[in-house]
Amino acid sequence: MGTLIVLIVIVAFLALFSISIYNSLVKLRNRVKNAWSQIDVQLKRRHDLIPNLIETVKGYMTHERDTLENITKARSQAVTAEGVGEKAKAEGELTRALGKFNLVVENYPDLKANQNFLSLQEELTSTENKISFSRQNYNDQVLFYNNKIQMFPSNILAGMFKFNEEEFFEIEDEKEKEVPKVSFS
Amino acid sequence: MWELIQANKRKSIILIISMGILLVLLGYVIGSAYSPDGGGVAGVFIALMLWGILYIISYTSGSKILLAVSGAKEVTKDIHPQLYNIVEEMKIASGHPFMPKIYIIDSAAPNAFATGIKPNNTAIAVTAGLLGRLNRDELQGVIAHEMSHIVNRDVLFMTVSGIMLGAIVLISEVFIYSLWFGGGGRYSKSSKDSGQGQIIFIVIAIAFAILAPIAARLLYFAISRKREYLADASAVRFTRYPEGLASALEKISRSTEELKKANKVTAPMYIANPLKKKGRKLNDLTSTHPPISERIRILRGIAKSADFNAYQTAFNKVTGKETDIIPPAELKDSTPINIRGAMGIPAVGLTQKQTQRNVGDLIMKLNDYSFINCNCGVKIKIPPDYKKKIVFCPRCGREHKL
Repeated sequence: MGTLIVLIVIVAFLALFSISIYNSLVKLRNRVKNAWSQIDVQLKRRHDLIPNLIETVKGYMTHERDTLENITKARSQAVTAEGVGEKAKAEGELTRALGKFNLVVENYPDLKANQNFLSLQEELTSTENKISFSRQNYNDQVLFYNNKIQMFPSNILAGMFKFNEEEFFEIEDEKEKEVPKVSFS
Repeated sequence: MWELIQANKRKSIILIISMGILLVLLGYVIGSAYSPDGGGVAGVFIALMLWGILYIISYTSGSKILLAVSGAKEVTKDIHPQLYNIVEEMKIASGHPFMPKIYIIDSAAPNAFATGIKPNNTAIAVTAGLLGRLNRDELQGVIAHEMSHIVNRDVLFMTVSGIMLGAIVLISEVFIYSLWFGGGGRYSKSSKDSGQGQIIFIVIAIAFAILAPIAARLLYFAISRKREYLADASAVRFTRYPEGLASALEKISRSTEELKKANKVTAPMYIANPLKKKGRKLNDLTSTHPPISERIRILRGIAKSADFNAYQTAFNKVTGKETDIIPPAELKDSTPINIRGAMGIPAVGLTQKQTQRNVGDLIMKLNDYSFINCNCGVKIKIPPDYKKKIVFCPRCGREHKL
């Protein structure tokens, strides 16, 4: 009798313990999903802003056809990209193209006085900030989630119920990339 | 982040319980001073009732009252897109699930505050003077500071403990006044049956009525200052750009205007003390805000990383103290975060005239003026009560339809 009670208590304890682990895994996965949807909203917003931007600046920047074409090309690639890794790569390309554009804008004082352009620029700047802030949040959540999946004892349940690791959203730092390589040979 | 909120909650509960004990003791002692048998319980009851009423008022309409008293006006994205965008950015950076409402205060003094007890119903208010002076990075720093007050649940804490402080002060003052003016008769009558016991209670009650408000104030202000530092540290983490907040604080401290609509009660809510008093050095213990110059020096002392560890290190170095601004559990988890560069928009040093014009335009916009940009470069400002359908540019005479 005594051993039976002990056994029941142990089984009940294990069951409760697994349920709580399972629930926390679900919670973390939902946080990751939610964080991803926040990035996605901002990426879409940026894609929507770019045609407007091109339309506004086209008349002013007749000599910068290459820069503008690069942006359009990078945008269409980013729109069609699928999956976290591919998206990150395409968006990084788009960020770089826009960065180059921002440098050229300095040469067009007329454009910088255009109210329409200024408000578009503010929207773009803000969208880029939002992308980078939500990226930080997303990566934090992915880190928590992946840690939980790898660590004992939650890894057992994660394996049983197919909780898979999520990918980080890494955009290569454009500054790091632009640093010229110096060779001493 | 969750750790931090948890630690804050624990600390707040301890603090609020100790202030609550102080309040109950005060009620008991003062009640006993009036009538030793049964008066103590009645005193406790009255003290808690008073606290409850004050709490209900501030819980249900505290934000509304605060915003109304400061003359704040709610704005939408059309009126100030940049402000709206920055608040949204900081909402994302802080991971807060709800967008705060945005208010602009019609004042030339640069300042800002956050309010709202429930996380889903919060507000950030900034003055027109702040918007007119700061560039994008600086404004982002200030909004990040306010956002961290919201995320860290500082507003709730400040309200609950502020009200307890208010109740303690109120009860003590009423008691002392009543002793002064109307007490005499009652004592002579009741002293027949209770005598010495009551005199002891009266002496204890007087001591309590003098000391309790002081103790409550010190408790309240010490924590409120610490929370300002914590909000600065979180702001750095959110923006990853300490210089933004540092130079915003510098600009705020340089201004000489006083925010007329702020008062002693609302002062702790602002980013910088809105009531400028000259030569207030000895007030350090009872000041709600740490000295602004010290906050700037800490922010500028942050070397490479935008995480909590870096802020704590800079804090220890600048102040020479070892106070834990950030709970140790949070520090342990803190990993280095790269500081970003200044935003593309260069930090233009605005002349005083430009600043004034910016502030003026914004206040007009708040008061429903509309603007038309004429092709000759003139900005035509149209008052809300302008009835005609067309307006002529005062410089070039061009006709504009409204």
